[in-house]
Amino acid sequence: MILYLLCFLLFLIGLYGVITRRNVIKIVIGLVFMEFSVFLLLVLVGYVEGGEAPILDETIVSGPFVDPLPQAMVLTAIVIGLASNAMLLAIAIRLYKKYGTFDIRKINELKG
Amino acid sequence: MKGMSVIVKKVAQLLSGLIFMYGVYIITHGHLTPGGGFAGGALLAGSMILLVLAFGSDVMGLKKRETGSSIIENSAILVFILFATIAMLVGTRVFFHNFLPGGTLGELISAGVIPLYNIFVGMEVGAALFTIFLALVIYKEEVLK
Amino acid sequence: MEAILTIILIFMILGAIYSLHARDLLSALISMGIVGYGLVICFLLLKAPDLAIVQILVETITLVIMVSVVLDSTRHELKEKASIVHDGQSFINSRYVGNIFIGVLIALVLLYTYHFAIENLTPFGEHLMRMSGPYLEDPAATTGSANMVTGVVFDYRGYDTLGEATILVTAVVGVLTVLRIQGRK
Repeated sequence: MILYLLCFLLFLIGLYGVITRRNVIKIVIGLVFMEFSVFLLLVLVGYVEGGEAPILDETIVSGPFVDPLPQAMVLTAIVIGLASNAMLLAIAIRLYKKYGTFDIRKINELKG
Repeated sequence: MKGMSVIVKKVAQLLSGLIFMYGVYIITHGHLTPGGGFAGGALLAGSMILLVLAFGSDVMGLKKRETGSSIIENSAILVFILFATIAMLVGTRVFFHNFLPGGTLGELISAGVIPLYNIFVGMEVGAALFTIFLALVIYKEEVLK
Repeated sequence: MEAILTIILIFMILGAIYSLHARDLLSALISMGIVGYGLVICFLLLKAPDLAIVQILVETITLVIMVSVVLDSTRHELKEKASIVHDGQSFINSRYVGNIFIGVLIALVLLYTYHFAIENLTPFGEHLMRMSGPYLEDPAATTGSANMVTGVVFDYRGYDTLGEATILVTAVVGVLTVLRIQGRK
């Protein structure tokens, strides 16, 4: 149970970063932390004590396996996370070119 | 974009081929060992990014590469959808049906369509990541001018 | 197992806190690496080698992309920011206390809702596999793939993979659109 709570703590730290930081890059970093905590939570849920990695070969034919379903979901989610991060960063450097700063409060003041 | 020194260039030249080959291995053995299309595609993109970082290039050359990689990406996803659609025309008419014979478990050519899906998803992911990287580099070059 | 994971998670949390408070953007990115590579070790301990390979590669590529964004734009504005924070006021004023109070309140409300979510989960390590029981029954006869994760990704859940590939294409098109300065001739 403590692992689930620590995942939640990591999520909260990411949320804190998104809300309080003023630098666009720091906001992206906060979003990345939130993503990571969710990935870790999903994989933690699928773990089976004493289970093997869900890959068959000559020696491991049957027996308790770790749940492959959350792993497959997270596998796609990681690549999607990379794509969305790249999109956010592209917008960030576009903003930097227009306003000359990464600070979102200054960008708010310099509207137009 | 400026390249780096001779030592870095030589090492990158030696290593990137090996990394590319390892990526191809990961993709083609995706149904037998850990890895698969996503991991192998990221490795392919990594080897190309290493080459671009070490050798550098002018904007025109980078633009040609960008066009090429985005064409590869789009055609790879088209082939991916094509395979899924062929499955609708063969056998039990289900989208994403595994219509090829399964083969023996643990051999390289087995598991029906899954290795083909792996190959095209690997091409797609690698080309997508490389295109994103190239777009950023070209943007920075053009801003500097 | 649980103890090792707890220690790694605490390290990741410390790295995350440092990363959000670092003065310099480059050191913030590098300490983001603590969290990312810690996640890789967690995946390896949780018997998910596929995820570990993908995560280590994606983390490296993200780092390269982020550093290339940050490289010639940082430093001076962060010094400015440090001077704005200590504005000559006393450290504890009413607004500061109010902000902390609201923050703790939001955290407690989120924790309350999260409590409902994890109440229904099985304890760590005693997963029941209600959903994926059929996937694991006879992989040789159904998918023929020795790596069951690949079997799930491309056979049982092909639609998810199709959606993922579509999102990737959309993101690339978005990046190309946002970053284009001069149109094609």
